[in-house]
Amino acid sequence: MALCKEWRDFMNEYIYMDNAATTQLNTVVFEEMKKYLLEYCGNPSSIYHLGLQSKQAIDEARLQIGKMLHASNKEIYFTSGGTESNNWAIRGILRNKNMRGKHLITSKIEHKSVLNTFKALEKEGYKATYLDVNKDGTIDLNQLEKSIKEDTVLISIMLANNETGVIQDIKAISKLIKDKEIIFHTDAVQGVGKLDLDVNKLGVDLLSLSAHKFHGPKGIGALYIRKGTDIENILFGGAQERGLRPGTENIASIRGMSKALTLAKKSIDNRNKIIKDLEKYMIDQLKKKFDHIIFNGIAAKRLPGYINIAIKDISNESLLMNLDLEKICVSSGSACTSGSIKQSHVIKAMGLDKSYAVIRFSLNEENTKEEIDYVIEKMKIIINRLS
Amino acid sequence: MSLDKNKVVLGMSGGVDSSVAAYLLKEQGYDVIGVTMKIWQDDSKKIADDGGCCSLSAVEDARMVANKLGIPFYVMDFQEVFQEKVIDLFLDEYGKGRTPNPCIACNRFIKFEELLQRSHDLGAYYVATGHYAKKVYDEENDRYLLKKSKADQKDQTYALFNMTQRQLKHTLFPLGDFTSKEKIRAIADELDLVVADKPDSQEICFVDDDYVDFIKENADYQITKGNFVDTEGKILGQHQGIVSYTIGQRRGLGITFGKPAYVVDINAEKNEVVIGDNKDTFSKGLIARDLNFIPFDRLTEEISVQAKIRYNAQAKPAQLIPLDEDRVKVIFGEVRAVTLGQAVVFYDEENDNIIGGGTIEERID
Repeated sequence: MALCKEWRDFMNEYIYMDNAATTQLNTVVFEEMKKYLLEYCGNPSSIYHLGLQSKQAIDEARLQIGKMLHASNKEIYFTSGGTESNNWAIRGILRNKNMRGKHLITSKIEHKSVLNTFKALEKEGYKATYLDVNKDGTIDLNQLEKSIKEDTVLISIMLANNETGVIQDIKAISKLIKDKEIIFHTDAVQGVGKLDLDVNKLGVDLLSLSAHKFHGPKGIGALYIRKGTDIENILFGGAQERGLRPGTENIASIRGMSKALTLAKKSIDNRNKIIKDLEKYMIDQLKKKFDHIIFNGIAAKRLPGYINIAIKDISNESLLMNLDLEKICVSSGSACTSGSIKQSHVIKAMGLDKSYAVIRFSLNEENTKEEIDYVIEKMKIIINRLS
Repeated sequence: MSLDKNKVVLGMSGGVDSSVAAYLLKEQGYDVIGVTMKIWQDDSKKIADDGGCCSLSAVEDARMVANKLGIPFYVMDFQEVFQEKVIDLFLDEYGKGRTPNPCIACNRFIKFEELLQRSHDLGAYYVATGHYAKKVYDEENDRYLLKKSKADQKDQTYALFNMTQRQLKHTLFPLGDFTSKEKIRAIADELDLVVADKPDSQEICFVDDDYVDFIKENADYQITKGNFVDTEGKILGQHQGIVSYTIGQRRGLGITFGKPAYVVDINAEKNEVVIGDNKDTFSKGLIARDLNFIPFDRLTEEISVQAKIRYNAQAKPAQLIPLDEDRVKVIFGEVRAVTLGQAVVFYDEENDNIIGGGTIEERID
């Protein structure tokens, strides 16, 4: 069954292989949201029945999302998405006035919402260590261990990378700092819905997620905050989210996220099997059709369907624009404010210089081998023209 | 890989001219790809800037126009090459006491070279711009010619004299036949384009306000005060640094001399600005180098032309005398404020076809 028929119709002439950027809304999720948009219009903070009804709808979603992560409902806080969750996790912890130190650790391959928060904090007087990554995109645990100082108070390491899909050994990091008084945050925006995650096994104190990465709506996310973790507000206002994150709740999106995560989790094994098959097919075909192609992060454990390739001496911009003109949606690094392409900080950290064109394909279960063949055929023509 | 003759990459600055050019090309049946060239160096600094043709808000405007017309749109990054070929040259020239024209360098090295190459990368045969200029093909001589725009006030051929035959072959100027800017604005109005009422862009797109401040912030040389001297070398006072002055300048010298005084020369080596009377600003002619000719490859004999020594100057009759491979003598009889570093551009005697041009190297007194 198609995730969303309307999307399939709309996307008729396009090939979409950019599921790490965002995913289409699942029709079932949309139906759920529609119901809550139209029927649950009471403000959850109102004490009359309509308000209560909305509040209870949120309570249910909170419980459900907690379950999906093996967390308690009391540990789930709704936000506007991954960026807010990451900002809040990091800054909210540091605002605790009992913080004993000013040293923070992260990696060079984090999402900009983590990296730029760290950079802003450095300007405010914090000291930050940005861990290198190995050639395969995994962080070096030895370097992490050596970087921990007396006054290290927070570590933020992503669960899976958005460009390569490379999965970090979060459990090992937790183990490493088990006896230390260090708060551990993971940006799991890419991983949630694609991996069966258990916050207790991961051993993290905070975990960020975002609904639109698993066929939910955009503009809604959550932060898991382990019970007993002292976190302060970064936004101030009403008493919503136990007083920690004010603002009238986005009921329909919260319900949508809950539904999307439930559906994603239910089909996880089945879906990942299909995606891994497609991934293998695509990698084989790419290897067959192109001589000098580098597969970034291929040696590491990765999220299914993430293929990040580098081709030497080709203009990245021209390659992506040509693919777009062929109605193929893939991406490369992150766009800057104007929409032009910058060299990926992730691929740079993995040791490749600017002379490579880098493309990320991120497949989902609705991609087909025919689409893969078509994309490779078009790439062949384009690369010939650009070489 | 063959290029598609129906496909054209249009440089879109977010202004009225290139926006209407997009519409005209589309009407003519071309597959138009809109491109804004990212040439500004600092993302954060330009966000609020509405003036220039290379600001972030210009990207937004161009993007909205592309959306309205239903054409693909991209921002292409030209930062590095623009720095190297336009900004560095601009800074170097001022450092030498000359007055460069960065638009000419941009057309020559960026728009009709780099952008053309990237257009080919996208399979497009043509690059197009919203310049007021007209390209025609002369079948008899198998040459592409460049003619002045019929909108005389807006004609931009002065900044296009460097175009080669290959570049002209692959270029379209959709505004070439328009007789006034008002007609362009009227089309923009009718289409209800967001940019219809935008003012014309400022002179140097990468300079915010004051080019002297830009030089201070970006040049690898120091701007130092020096002497105003008269034509005999007598010290008259102190100037603010040679980059602040241009030949023929009268206003803003920051000092009074008791009579009308003009900048007649800039001596970078001595860090001096030479002041004289109006008559001292006149010369007989000039020598230009770094030449390009459009109806022919090389100038082999003396010819009569109409010549223009700056963007806003009137063309005046002159005699072109070839000196060597890449230098030409231009004799006007009398011409005011010949400025080293500016371009001299030649038109035919009807002042219609552009013959070519070069960079002013020397004055002939």
